[in-house]
Amino acid sequence: MEGNGQIVLEMKNISKEYYGNKVLKGINLSVHKGEIHGIVGENGAGKSTLMNILFGMSVIHSTGGFEGSIEFLGKPVTISSPFDAMALGIGMVHQEFMLIPGYSVTENIKLNRETTKENVISRILGPGLQTLDWKSMGQDAKKALARLEMHIDEWAKVAGLPVGHMQFVEIARELDKEHIKLLVFDEPTAVLTETEADTLLSALRRLSENGISILFITHRLHEIMEVCQRITVLRDGVQVASKLKSETTIEELAQLMVGHSIEYMGKRKVNLTERKTILKIRDLKVLMPGETVQKVDLDIKEGEIFGIGGLAGQGKIGIANGVMGLYDSYGSVEFEGKEISINNPREVLKRGLALLSEDRRGVGLLLDMSVEMNIIAPAVEIQRKFLKKFGFFSLLDRSQIRSFALDMIQKLDIRCLSPDQPVKRLSGGNQQKVCIAKALALEPKLLFVSEPTRGIDIGAKKRVLDTLVELNQKNGMTIVLTSSELAELRSICDRIAIISEGRVMGILDPDAEDAQFGLLMAGEYAVR
Amino acid sequence: MQYDNKKSQATVILEPILKTIRSFGIPRIIIILFLVSLWFSAAFLSIPFPALLYDTLIRLGMNTVLTLSMLPSILVGTSLFFGLPLGIICGLLGGVMSIELNLKGLTAFFAAIGFSIPLAILVGYGYGLLLNRVKGSEMTVGTYVGFAFVSLMSFGWVTLPFKNPEMAWAIGKGIRVTVSLEGRFSNVLNKLWAFEIYGIKIPTGALVFMGVLCLIVWLFLRTRVGLAMQECGMNPKFAKASGIDVDRMRILGTIISTILGAIGILTYAQGFGFLQLYEAPMYMGFIAAAAILIGGATLKTAKISHVIVGTFLFQGILVVALPVANTVATLGSLAEISRIIVSNGIILYALAQKGGNE
Repeated sequence: MEGNGQIVLEMKNISKEYYGNKVLKGINLSVHKGEIHGIVGENGAGKSTLMNILFGMSVIHSTGGFEGSIEFLGKPVTISSPFDAMALGIGMVHQEFMLIPGYSVTENIKLNRETTKENVISRILGPGLQTLDWKSMGQDAKKALARLEMHIDEWAKVAGLPVGHMQFVEIARELDKEHIKLLVFDEPTAVLTETEADTLLSALRRLSENGISILFITHRLHEIMEVCQRITVLRDGVQVASKLKSETTIEELAQLMVGHSIEYMGKRKVNLTERKTILKIRDLKVLMPGETVQKVDLDIKEGEIFGIGGLAGQGKIGIANGVMGLYDSYGSVEFEGKEISINNPREVLKRGLALLSEDRRGVGLLLDMSVEMNIIAPAVEIQRKFLKKFGFFSLLDRSQIRSFALDMIQKLDIRCLSPDQPVKRLSGGNQQKVCIAKALALEPKLLFVSEPTRGIDIGAKKRVLDTLVELNQKNGMTIVLTSSELAELRSICDRIAIISEGRVMGILDPDAEDAQFGLLMAGEYAVR
Repeated sequence: MQYDNKKSQATVILEPILKTIRSFGIPRIIIILFLVSLWFSAAFLSIPFPALLYDTLIRLGMNTVLTLSMLPSILVGTSLFFGLPLGIICGLLGGVMSIELNLKGLTAFFAAIGFSIPLAILVGYGYGLLLNRVKGSEMTVGTYVGFAFVSLMSFGWVTLPFKNPEMAWAIGKGIRVTVSLEGRFSNVLNKLWAFEIYGIKIPTGALVFMGVLCLIVWLFLRTRVGLAMQECGMNPKFAKASGIDVDRMRILGTIISTILGAIGILTYAQGFGFLQLYEAPMYMGFIAAAAILIGGATLKTAKISHVIVGTFLFQGILVVALPVANTVATLGSLAEISRIIVSNGIILYALAQKGGNE
């Protein structure tokens, strides 16, 4: 496939600036028929801008257009709106799902391209009133899904589907467009679990065998290595390299992308047998939609970093949320030898537990509030910190809040204009650091951390993990890390529990063999 | 490309200016221009300006507390406080009781507030419970609860056993539609510490009273509970994860709004000189809502400054528009019609703007 075949897309010498700030500098990109072409780069490297240009998004044209030219199937084209791109046969699978939850899979796939039949009324009043041909629509949907080897009921409502399946519905929608020639995948695996991602990757391969070209944008380098034939690396708007897969390695790509070499964290060995149990969970059942916990027993030792892994939807996320009282839960939890009442977030927080939520924007932050207020809010509520007494009432102590916030901003390297900036203006990685600062303000003895690196770029990822290790080693904080990324768990945890079907399948050392983790994740054998 | 570059340079220069205008709010600029143009036409029609300004200040003092009652409700996440008639009725009951006890002057005014607060707490608590069951449609439900309560109290006013002949119907039972406050607490705040400067009378007492209430709310928002309340409004999930009982906070916010509504109507009544019962409280909520929206609040965020600026602009326009309209066209109820058009038009505009530019 390398280099042969017809060139489908050629973007030549593309440059773009926003208000005098060059965000793309002379990018050349070509995609052959049936090729899977990877684009990697940290957040802000220019990947999204490049795709916005390809799709003729209005944000490009309203800010002065771009320089360079685009050829599609050998002919120069002007793409001035997403409709032009669609007409050429370029499709996009979005990072956020653009699906209507209340509609069935078929309806979503055929949305605005429904197959219709004539009826009496439509003959008189025009094609807008034609009857929907449900049968053929269902068949089309089924066909599109079959091309992905996905066996989803085509009449199921999208609202109830797992996240992974929604992604496939979105892909199926693009595939159903007959003349599709080039598909762009923008971070398609960001919200998927490892198995779902694997299914997606094999679907990509099948599409490319059918002659559809693919532009694949992702953070996850091993996925790029698995499916792409060629890889373009962007850094700060510059095309750092374009390489054939056979000529490069993950390490090299990572280095090109970040600009400096990444050191992998060394694993540490801690003797856990002598340590006290700080958190004892028995018969925990949590009714968290999509992450139900059936029956979990765990003993967390003081001062360890305990990992919780497993596939999405198996209940690993539910454990921390259940203990913290965010979802209805049953069972008994002992902290430092004393029972805590679950289903009561306030008491749990008071006892010295804290949670870094997996839903950063939904649960973790007050998006419209300033960085500093986000950091101090729970500490004010729970511990009555940052208050100044005036007679019989207390007001927030502005100067104390400011100095604490500045301290945190400096310690955690939160990139913001000032502590007054609303958090919604910060990047994902910096928002995560605000969440960490918020947890630190509570000075917890045990910190639950759920999916701390989801949706943040590789550089910020490492800093977040480093911070967790530092908190554990310097402050002796016990950390329970829940993550979908096994590599992340194995890099910093002392022990890793794998959850499947709402139960603990087994607890492994971080250096256990891959196969063992794999078996537990698949629920193959249970140590009960 | 050349053209594009020029365009982008132009936007570079214009951007900061536009940003400043946007942060102040184009609607506010339009309304200020409208108010100024009304002042000019008033001057042109030789309507005395000091009198207009005095009226504006009086109305600012009368209405600010009612507008202020919107604030806790917006911040706690139950949107505009269309349950305001509930608070108003509590206030009116307090006022009626103070007359029944034959109190006079400032004592009567503060006694009325004292009587109405326990009622407002009770009513606010019940209303808060109701709002917790209809999350997401508080405004619609609030509007109808307000209407229903006003109608229900119309029975109440007829049957309540008040005896004072100043209020009772001649037939002996029930209270009249309007109760004069003459000799009770009419103008007690307006006249308190009042003085004159450059021919403009300043109703010091009323302005101080309103200022104190605003200050209390401002301080409250800077306490632990105040912060918790705002967290509930901004992100209930965040609040829950921070150990805050969101439903309790919503009830608390509703109670505070109801209390402010009760105090608000008494402040209004002292300036107006009458207690208006029966159907009168029905549409008061809309006027207060329009005022705070004009001031720059949205359905999710509001500040004390929005309350004061909004009330000043809204009442300022009404005060000037009335005599101007009366002089220009001497048609019967034109002033009243224009008031309704302006207030409802503003509410419509503000609601259409919700969820717009950040």
